[in-house]
Amino acid sequence: MMQTDTQTRKRGGKLGRDVQTKLGKTLQAYFDDVVKEGVPDRFKDLLQQYDERKDKGSS
Amino acid sequence: MTLEPSVREAMLSAVPSLRAFAISLSGNVDRADDLVQETLLRAMANIDSFQPGTNMSAWLFTILRNLFRSEYRKRRREVEDSDGSYADTLTSHPEQHGRIEFEEFRKALAQLPPDQREALILVGASGFSYEEAAGICACAVGTIKSRVNRARTRLSELLAIDSADDFGPDQSTRAVLSAGGRR
Repeated sequence: MMQTDTQTRKRGGKLGRDVQTKLGKTLQAYFDDVVKEGVPDRFKDLLQQYDERKDKGSS
Repeated sequence: MTLEPSVREAMLSAVPSLRAFAISLSGNVDRADDLVQETLLRAMANIDSFQPGTNMSAWLFTILRNLFRSEYRKRRREVEDSDGSYADTLTSHPEQHGRIEFEEFRKALAQLPPDQREALILVGASGFSYEEAAGICACAVGTIKSRVNRARTRLSELLAIDSADDFGPDQSTRAVLSAGGRR
């Protein structure tokens, strides 16, 4: 267990560049997987309805 | 007063990454979409306090982050969490987002302390600078940097990566990674 910990942290708690790159790519891919879905209708409607409601109220 | 078309456009264009942020924070699509909805409602109600020309995305992320934090604190009080049972709810809910390839990664992410998780996502995936992330989290830039570093170290431990070759060895993950994202 101790061995694994030491290996993962490398020297002085600094991660190796390749590990950082890999982590970064995975995080970005995980994030972009959601971003790719775009804007669900639910939120388009929400902003649209707000406008319509406000228009009626202010005229 | 009505929503300026340019303001509405800016809000709409921020929604996809706002959702991704919410899902990464909460680990749950339904809760995330409720957070986004609440964020947009608050933003519209307080649109006067938005300064035109400033970063709409950062403003919305700040609102969402604060909503999530207050909800998290509330839940912590409600749910006894001496054994990390709250963390379990983050990982065991059926309506999780994402393909199976990300399962392991998502679970590891959920095990990070919230302040580390949000810092990592803001800087590492949402495209914010350390300075912007510090503004969103209302803390010092140095604090963000150290949270991001600790998050990376912890994640690599949880995922037991020792070198790039140890990680994501299955074909599907590779395909996802090489297919690439926006950035």
